[in-house]
Amino acid sequence: MKIIYTDVLVIGAGLAGLRIGIGAKRRGHDVIILSLVPPKRSHSSAAQGGMQASLANVIKGQGDNEDVHFEDTVRGSDWGADQQVVRMFVDTAPKAVRELAAWGLPWSRVTRGDREVIINGQKVTITERDEAHGLIAQRAFGGTNKWRTCYVSDGTGHAMLTTMSDQAIAYQIPVPERAEAIALIHDGGRCYGAIVRNLVTGELVAYVAKATAITGGGAGRLYRVTTNAVISEGIPTAIALETGVASLGNMEAVQFHPTPAFPAGILLTEGARGDGGLLKDVDGHRFMPDYEPEKKELASRDVVSRRMEEHIAKGKGVKSRFGDHLWLDITLLGEHHVKHNLREVYEICHYFLGVDPVKEWVPVRPAQHYTMGGVRTNYTGESPTLRGLFSAGEAACWDMHGFNRLGGNSVAETVAAGMIVGEFIADFCERSENGASIPTSLVEEALRREQAKIDALIDSRGTENAATIMAEMQTIMSTKVGIFRTGKVLEEGVHELQQLLLRSRNIGLRYKARSANPELVTAYRVQKMLKMALCIAYGALQRTESRGAHFREDFPRRNDAEWLNRTLATWKSETDTLPSLAYEPIDVMKMELPPGWRGYGAKDHIDHPDTARRVAEIEALKQQRDGADRFALQQKLMPYEQLLPERFRGRNERIDEIREVRP
Amino acid sequence: MKTETGTRKLKISILRFNPQEPGSVPRMQTYEIDEAENMTLFIALMEIREKQDPSLQFDFVCRAGICGSCGMMINGRPTLACRTLTKDLGTEISLAPLPVFELIGDLSVDTGKWMRGMSERLETWLHMKEPEVDLGRLEERMEPELAEKIYELDRCIECGCCVAGCGTARMREDFVGAVGLNKIARFRLDPRDRRDDADYFELIGDDDGVFGCMSLIACHDVCPKELPLATQIAFLRRKMVSVGWK
Repeated sequence: MKIIYTDVLVIGAGLAGLRIGIGAKRRGHDVIILSLVPPKRSHSSAAQGGMQASLANVIKGQGDNEDVHFEDTVRGSDWGADQQVVRMFVDTAPKAVRELAAWGLPWSRVTRGDREVIINGQKVTITERDEAHGLIAQRAFGGTNKWRTCYVSDGTGHAMLTTMSDQAIAYQIPVPERAEAIALIHDGGRCYGAIVRNLVTGELVAYVAKATAITGGGAGRLYRVTTNAVISEGIPTAIALETGVASLGNMEAVQFHPTPAFPAGILLTEGARGDGGLLKDVDGHRFMPDYEPEKKELASRDVVSRRMEEHIAKGKGVKSRFGDHLWLDITLLGEHHVKHNLREVYEICHYFLGVDPVKEWVPVRPAQHYTMGGVRTNYTGESPTLRGLFSAGEAACWDMHGFNRLGGNSVAETVAAGMIVGEFIADFCERSENGASIPTSLVEEALRREQAKIDALIDSRGTENAATIMAEMQTIMSTKVGIFRTGKVLEEGVHELQQLLLRSRNIGLRYKARSANPELVTAYRVQKMLKMALCIAYGALQRTESRGAHFREDFPRRNDAEWLNRTLATWKSETDTLPSLAYEPIDVMKMELPPGWRGYGAKDHIDHPDTARRVAEIEALKQQRDGADRFALQQKLMPYEQLLPERFRGRNERIDEIREVRP
Repeated sequence: MKTETGTRKLKISILRFNPQEPGSVPRMQTYEIDEAENMTLFIALMEIREKQDPSLQFDFVCRAGICGSCGMMINGRPTLACRTLTKDLGTEISLAPLPVFELIGDLSVDTGKWMRGMSERLETWLHMKEPEVDLGRLEERMEPELAEKIYELDRCIECGCCVAGCGTARMREDFVGAVGLNKIARFRLDPRDRRDDADYFELIGDDDGVFGCMSLIACHDVCPKELPLATQIAFLRRKMVSVGWK
């Protein structure tokens, strides 16, 4: 039996996992980061458009700061977010951008003087300030009141991951590749690491750690049509669920991106619309202003995706043999812009569609894109129910996105949360009561149990085919738990997924190798993925309101009176076919920004009884402002700075907010 | 060859070998599938694995030409399988794993281990001038054109195609390849890195580095990201020669 001991075990080597590893290692702790693939291939690399941070360097970002970023994010979340966590995030995001710059990231920079941009379909000349020249540039994204998205052409995620991964090498952090965590080691109250399968040799190894962090990204592959990479199957999140102790938050909150290329589902960045691209229908008509006069193409993603599907349902889609689609028009941006600032978009259109986006419109249709839900954590990134288990990034429900994430806030979260949670993990490891005193019997038992499960699959004479079950699950999720949901169809979906889960216990393999075996991998993964799918479908069925990306046609209004809460799903027993759901209330009286209209999307909602009271309370506090600056006012509304790790406290400097030189 | 419905039948021959399986010997195995519209080799290989042969090993991650996982020899040329459309190929297609890298099985090779080894040797991370920066302050300025130039070289996805196409890499086990030299060129360009040409000479001033290149420049021809590898290598060699003369 092989046991490897370390201080910190990180599961997933994308941006969040790498940044946690670097943070803990810098504090002197041993770190191992497990990865399914070479770390630079992680799905973080696919983030194209950029990272939100309120640097306010470009002229269209002037006046931006943490307060504006905070409000945009909370409105985007449809008030599902934890507002203190959002505050921690918006405060750290500028520091994250600047840290990456110091590590060599080639952020696109501001050029002083006049430049022509496209805003609302019109050519406009804007003038960048002399004092901004050479600082990091920002572009527009959906659901934001300022140009806030920092970017590297449209390869932002790739460039970030390259820089971060190279830093992890500099810190000599081992990253075993083709290493898959298939179960957590725990005693019902404390997590001690994971059982890990070597995908080449098939060997199982126990990694024992003081702190374990789940940073395995989203679970887009639960759906048939998704922008997500093939490795984004949510297995690290699923093994947290399988503990029966850790809970998953808001799994029914699933984001559909408006503009994946049709029909392949390959992402075309939101930067395409941020930079002035338009959505058009079968008649060549720009339809978004008809639905969303305020924000048009740049409303939040949940709203734009729904409007697109609504428009297609009215018969305004373009027919093709793969189904209907709409057009993304970026021809108005000009060749230079497309080939420099939207280069990946150009390449994807060229290679996969045979379309030249400089001259032609690109076929697009919404597809699954982001998992807002994930391992529920408190503000330190630790599970409130399983001590020693942490999570960050898309895998986590920290919860800064609530029911809808803004474009550019995901890579920003990976790094900002990675910085914050990395420090808290180091703190955790340094507290003497957290020394790992682990009975080896517990480790041995976990290893034996997982080996037995794999042996059973290999030896099974079952009649079900793993790939078929996977495909059926993906079809159910895409057709019955998609953008538009209704009770009746969700009920069917839940029932069918339960049947599939039962069938998945009867999988037989055609190929029986114990070493590298793609069929075996599909088999044990699909059993875990079905549990995640059921958390989404059952959560969606129970939530009888519409909030953010969760839209119920039979309950189209947001209902703060009954549903201003976070869904918590646990999987109590291996024999269950449904998760157990509980709800964690979100307290209006503690909010800095009480619920209201988002500024786009539906205008009617059902208020929470406390909302009016809290609004009045905040109004009164603002009245007594007495010339206090925005920081002092914020402090009165909802203090949060004490929650941040000391290392990342302190104000962010901007051209218009120069910090005094310290003595 | 076309079927009655007008779709082509593709014959995909794959070099099979599984070092994990006792008794496995390298062999070519041919699979027949019906071509579909807009079919990429990603779609074709997934279909073969699902419907015909669950043991077939290959690597895909992003399937969008961004991550560099799926480099393989397609009709003898190293390139990315995910964005290769079958309609651009004949009906008989041959697939083999990238040479040079350690074979995992079938079309899957260990580029990760090779790249990490290269990175450790060449120290392909930014060497900061100061150990800490004040994250609360305005960032250091950079000319916009320079940032774009650095990004141009940072677009490398470490897919390994340049190494697989390299004559020197076949002969010299420790040759750093165009991928390694490109990384050095990238940090050399970056004013935030404290290293100078004398430092870089220590890393690449020998036959495992820039002087090992025989200027065959297949790396440049096969790079899926069209990085300016020929120019970068020639430029680096001139710079390193001038350090070497001193």
